[in-house]
Amino acid sequence: MNIHTIATHLNKLADDTDTGFNFDCTPIDGEIDVLQVEIIGREEIPIFVSISDNQILCIAYLWGEDEIKSELKANMMEAMLEMNIPMPLSAFAKVEDKYVVFGALSINSSLEDIELELVTLSDNSLEVISEMDSYLN
Amino acid sequence: MSIFKKIITAVRGGASEAGEAIVDANSTRIFEQEIRDSEKHITIAKRDLTEVMAKQMQAARELSQLQASIKEHEGYAMQALNQGNEALAIEVAEKIAELETNAADQQQANESFLKSADRLKELIKKSERQLTEYKRQLTMVKTTESVQKATSAITDNFSASNSKLLNAKDSLERIKKKQAMFDDKLKAAEQLESETPEQDLKKKLQAAGIGAQANSAQSVLDRLKNK
Repeated sequence: MNIHTIATHLNKLADDTDTGFNFDCTPIDGEIDVLQVEIIGREEIPIFVSISDNQILCIAYLWGEDEIKSELKANMMEAMLEMNIPMPLSAFAKVEDKYVVFGALSINSSLEDIELELVTLSDNSLEVISEMDSYLN
Repeated sequence: MSIFKKIITAVRGGASEAGEAIVDANSTRIFEQEIRDSEKHITIAKRDLTEVMAKQMQAARELSQLQASIKEHEGYAMQALNQGNEALAIEVAEKIAELETNAADQQQANESFLKSADRLKELIKKSERQLTEYKRQLTMVKTTESVQKATSAITDNFSASNSKLLNAKDSLERIKKKQAMFDDKLKAAEQLESETPEQDLKKKLQAAGIGAQANSAQSVLDRLKNK
């Protein structure tokens, strides 16, 4: 599995999608290949896909450290921990100063599994921002 | 220091800058070499184990053959004694003594092979646990590095395209607006479909009893009466 296979699959889905969404994928150059996946209508929160030796990582950036109401940070973190298991397929993490939701898939996952993962991750990220907005500026 | 601790220290300490590795490339190579060495050791140990187990089975087989032979000769000795042939009985007894010495040797060899096999099995289990652990740690290092490299590629891409990740609330707001607009358009289209001016006029005319009327039983009856 590589990001170009995923990009080709998602870009040509059009009306044949299993999830009801359309995708726009752009590979990003760098030391390792990253695919920027935009779900049409949700371009503001793209999902980044990278592939390592044994897993496919899908990451959506939620908010930066600077967007948190500092006096509520501990409450926010507790709420995130509590929400972590109920949230389907995704988990919270922090990359540098950004809070993220991510999903890790086996390198042997099918393209349909990846599509489902991306859509679920996107749904989760919108729901999380919406639920956590009282902690954010 | 454990790899887990190293990763936490490196990320916390800001070694997460692009290009600065959690564990330098050389250490990763050494680590990978250790994994390959462990795998090789396990393969050798497994081959040794097979050999020892084969030898043990051979010793056990020889031991049971010797024991059968001892029993057989004991029978012969008894028969010789019963016939009063002491000289033959002694000869058989000597053979029995020789067989018993051999049996004792085989017994000892058998036990020693069994012990070796146990030791090798334990060693293989331990090495396999160690190998799993090495592999898990290497995955952690590689994943951390891969995420760092991906993040740096994403960040570079955003600064190159002169855009940046929006504030979370603004993003959500814009997505919701787009969704609402899409829904409104859908609703408007449906409304438009059902309320074209032509259909609108037809409805009004029908209500006023002008033009083609919907067929009803009464209208059919009226028509028949008028014939």
